[in-house]
Amino acid sequence: MTIVNPAPAAPDRRKPSAPATGPEPVRPRRRNRDALHGLLMSAPALGGLIAFVAVPFVYAVVLSFYNVRLGSPLPPRFFGVEQYRRIFTDPDMSGPFLRALLNNLTFAVAVVPLQTGLALALAILLNRKLKAIGVFRSLFFLPVVFPMALVAVIWRLILARSGDGLLNSALHAVSLGHWGAFDWLGDSLTAMASVIVLSVWQGVGFQMVILLAGLQQIPGELYEAAELDRATRWQQFRHVTLPGIRSTLVFVALLTSVLSLRVFDQVYVLVHGGGLDEDATRTVMYQAVTTAFDQNNIGQAAAITVVFFLIVVALTLIQRRVVRPGNED
Amino acid sequence: MTRTPLRRFADYAVLGVLAFVFVLPVLYLILGSFKPSDQVLNGLTGFLPTHLSFDNYRAVLSSFDSDATGYFWRFMGISLLLATVVVLGGLIVNSMAAYGLTRLRWRGQGAVFALVLLLMLVPFEAVAVPLFYLFNDQRNTVWIQAVPFIANAFSLYQFSTFFRAIPPSIEEAARIDGAGPWRTFFAIVVPMSKPVFASVAILTFLTQWGAFLWPVLMVSDPAVRPLPLEMSVFQGQMPVDWGQVLAFGVLLILPVLIVFAFFQRWFVQGVAGSAVKG
Repeated sequence: MTIVNPAPAAPDRRKPSAPATGPEPVRPRRRNRDALHGLLMSAPALGGLIAFVAVPFVYAVVLSFYNVRLGSPLPPRFFGVEQYRRIFTDPDMSGPFLRALLNNLTFAVAVVPLQTGLALALAILLNRKLKAIGVFRSLFFLPVVFPMALVAVIWRLILARSGDGLLNSALHAVSLGHWGAFDWLGDSLTAMASVIVLSVWQGVGFQMVILLAGLQQIPGELYEAAELDRATRWQQFRHVTLPGIRSTLVFVALLTSVLSLRVFDQVYVLVHGGGLDEDATRTVMYQAVTTAFDQNNIGQAAAITVVFFLIVVALTLIQRRVVRPGNED
Repeated sequence: MTRTPLRRFADYAVLGVLAFVFVLPVLYLILGSFKPSDQVLNGLTGFLPTHLSFDNYRAVLSSFDSDATGYFWRFMGISLLLATVVVLGGLIVNSMAAYGLTRLRWRGQGAVFALVLLLMLVPFEAVAVPLFYLFNDQRNTVWIQAVPFIANAFSLYQFSTFFRAIPPSIEEAARIDGAGPWRTFFAIVVPMSKPVFASVAILTFLTQWGAFLWPVLMVSDPAVRPLPLEMSVFQGQMPVDWGQVLAFGVLLILPVLIVFAFFQRWFVQGVAGSAVKG
């Protein structure tokens, strides 16, 4: 597969010279030249996007209707909607996928309000004129620059099942010795909660920064006016702050929910070595990768991918619907 | 609002405690990387700065010493190479396209731009499986880890938002002086667009540096393995040498922290700016 190159240089020279024969067609000539150069300038990026996003995306849909395996001597066999039937209704094969869907939903339902709310609280806390406030902002932002693979490893230690794990030792100390060892990652009840906590820790700074920028766009006079009206802090929050960052807040919630559908890295790392309960934490992407890579079932993995994408799009559309009427008032 | 000294003190106290709790995992990472393994996973004493030494770092740099384990500087080199190619390539390719699509007039331009916006909706996760299938014979190469990520619809969109805000008169002046679209772009537009270049660069760098899903699918050979994937492999080996794993983690995050320290302002501005406008 070669990268799409811009068109060869030869027509580059011929085309603009054609209208140049006329006496003074400055405008049309400029436009003509613009057309060619606009296309040339866009070509590398467009080529890349077509080759690595558009084509594979269409290919995912096609593959999902086939029974395809890598390195199989048999040619791909048309399968109709069999892959979809299998992942949704086949009693033997739908289990892990439906579980992944449910897990992903749990993750999103917990993370979106938790992370958005926490980010808002932090943003409000950090939106004041104090010396060295920048240092505090940086500290809360810091985990955002950490790759998820590393975050997972750090939290693997914090949540370690032995009595020497950080959380277990802390609880042991606080409970005056009543707390023993608990396997946070391995227990099916707390496994997902653990993934949620570490994900929020890593990501909250990102949302915080966006909300902080939103808060700073609210004119200070509004707060002064509210204060003159003797509005309480809660009333100020309710009637000045919230309306002022409404669209930012919705944007952040949308961003977080799409991001929370894409969860993969931390689950993969913690399952491969961290003793994370696989069934309680497998996500849709995790399922797609295991199906493609470990089970070599490309067709089924493609079907999972397509379902994943449809959920992302549906979510985006719903959120846009929700945002629009509010933006007009 | 006036603040009494007492209130100010309370503000600092609340922020200080919260920030301290928040960065505890990072402190733990850094402290642990200087401690012997049995002292890392050792309850709350893991936080005590005792038994400190550079042994773990020395071990990480020297214990990856065969083709079977890979070499530390090789992982680092691959990660740096991938980040350089994706960031620099992305800056050039996407900014050029954004300019061509938003500031030059040509037929079909609107439709093409709409296509880009549409492609922005497709997360990489949605094309990972078909890409894995399509490029399966390219597994364990360097190029397949970098090239698919150079063209980026979101970067292109960020550039186009910025370029749209540049007053056309500036470019007009350049064009009247005889500069073609390429010169206008590289000599006039690029120098005045530093903020967007900086924020796209940093965002791309961060994403690429932590990239994990694609390497999991495409890389098994230690010779072309980037750092995050090796981090996962390393922590999965039993028994885990925690001190060394954490030292590895610090070395993995160090380049990012350096970039972050220098360009933090651009980053925060870029992230926040694109969000508020969008």
